[in-house]
Amino acid sequence: MPDVFPILPPVTRELATVEPGAAGLLAAGAVTGATARRVARKGFGAVFWVCGGWILLMILLALLAPVLPLTDPGYQNYSAVNAGPSIHHLLGTDELGRDLLSRIIFGSRVSLVIGFVPVAIGLAIGGTMGLLAGYRGGIADHAFNALSFVILAFPALLAIIVIEEFWGRSLGKLVILFAFVATPQLFRVMRATTLSFANREFVVAARALGATTRRILFKELVPNVIPAAASFALIGVAIAIVLEGSLAYLGLSIRLPTPSLGNIINGGVSISELSTDPYIALWPSLYIFLLLTALNLMSDRLRAAFDVREGRL
Amino acid sequence: MARYVVTRLVQLFVISFIISVVTFLLVHLLPGDPTVVILGPNDTPTARHELLQQLGLNKSLPAQYWTWISNVLRGNLGQSFLTRQTVTNALSVAVPIDIELIIVSQIIALAVAIPLALVAALRPNRIFDRSATTSSFAMLSLPTFVAGPILVLIFAVHAQAVPATGFVRLSGGLGQNLKSVILPSVVLAIGSIAVYYRLLRADLIATLQEDFVTMARAKGMSTPYILVRHVLRPSSFSLLASAGLAIGSLFTGAFVVEALFQLPGVGYQLVQAIYSNDYLMVQGMALVAAIAFVVVNFGADLTLTFLDPRVRRA
Repeated sequence: MPDVFPILPPVTRELATVEPGAAGLLAAGAVTGATARRVARKGFGAVFWVCGGWILLMILLALLAPVLPLTDPGYQNYSAVNAGPSIHHLLGTDELGRDLLSRIIFGSRVSLVIGFVPVAIGLAIGGTMGLLAGYRGGIADHAFNALSFVILAFPALLAIIVIEEFWGRSLGKLVILFAFVATPQLFRVMRATTLSFANREFVVAARALGATTRRILFKELVPNVIPAAASFALIGVAIAIVLEGSLAYLGLSIRLPTPSLGNIINGGVSISELSTDPYIALWPSLYIFLLLTALNLMSDRLRAAFDVREGRL
Repeated sequence: MARYVVTRLVQLFVISFIISVVTFLLVHLLPGDPTVVILGPNDTPTARHELLQQLGLNKSLPAQYWTWISNVLRGNLGQSFLTRQTVTNALSVAVPIDIELIIVSQIIALAVAIPLALVAALRPNRIFDRSATTSSFAMLSLPTFVAGPILVLIFAVHAQAVPATGFVRLSGGLGQNLKSVILPSVVLAIGSIAVYYRLLRADLIATLQEDFVTMARAKGMSTPYILVRHVLRPSSFSLLASAGLAIGSLFTGAFVVEALFQLPGVGYQLVQAIYSNDYLMVQGMALVAAIAFVVVNFGADLTLTFLDPRVRRA
């Protein structure tokens, strides 16, 4: 029988203070045991692999963008301004005659870098620290915990736009700022998950058998905390992509004329553009929507497969 | 209880202090001579003298912080050296717009999410539940800067039901005022709808399996009556928790919405100040916004604690 009042776990509650959506995404993982067993029997399910394949395809397109037969994203074809889809411009062109398909693929590179790199850094630094802090406890654990509270108390979007205004704007600095926000969150997830396993029978048994700390960490704990961390990291990527998109939309991400999905949308939302050529804004919107859906669904399937409940985080 | 409140208050003060130090140090991140950058085209001897007086740049860092924070605590958040507008003045115009936007969007979100969750939870995994849950997934994948243009295209460009941009103050009539905030509020509400729907649905399904619901059914009470009078209240705790804590994040979510619809709220003004490199304006607004964010979250947290004593023990 489930709890009558499933109280939001601390991590979810803190997340809710950081970005909209995060709490809901975590809360979405209320899976029944039966579902989990079914998914465990059938593997991750088709949805997971389709979404994974889609994300991989998008990453490949972004990586291979310079060698693909695409028009230069900055090239202005004045004989085809605001053109609809055609054989030369598969998705049409914008108000300066630039090829939209090429701009979206080149623009996605910024989104994907800022989506994945800071989360990977956060997982490497925050995740490792969370694992150690959760297993060892002690003063270091308390100190890191307090520090993560302080960092998470700042509103992320506000902090990023204000700091980059004074510090300067570049891809590297954005990655650092995003990683700075992602690290404490992943620390907390890893720490909480590790804590929930640290005194389980198999860990105690391993310790009694004289296993080294390294062995307990890597052979006993890591395989058990990875699903929660991976599922959470995927949401983190989605959140980072939304944040970068918001920044770019406000004109506060990478400087123009480098295309990014947010600034392509921004270029297409003036009333005159929306009424004459809505596709300039709609194509990159569709790209972001599909990417986020894929990330959210993958995370959800992962959580279902391993029965990661928010109560455990 | 008192001990919990005191602990949280101490945390609140420590975090506010750290925020003030970080905001203060921002000026020192500026490349080169900060006075030149801050004054920009307005670099007159009088303005320079005034700025030096205000920042106390020739003093040590702690002394500078002291000068700055004592000004701030007296309500003097500084002023723009470009437009001569004070930060307090700019905020007094902007804050009501944010408050209205957040209130209207939350009313919309709850008005949509609660009925949807009630109907879906009644028959889990049936057609209505499945379609509503799938749509909520789609809503989670619709950031404001994606949903905004689409809704503008449909309701402002094609249907011409509401104006696409601009803000009409309450003094310009309630109808006109609501017309100018309804579309931005809907855009802001989309994310909340998905979150609230999911939280409430999961809790409702759990509550509906309780014995007291079976008892109420056995007594012959109608399903709508049971849902609203017996089930909704014990199921609404996570919803309240999330709604309370969402206020802070809605505030930053409103940045994009305000830019899209050109509503002169805090986010819009802050971004405008950034465009014109109005550093002191940005600093003052960031300080107020960050502290407000922390205080609002603190208030929401405290309210929840009063509502449910179990949070205190956690």
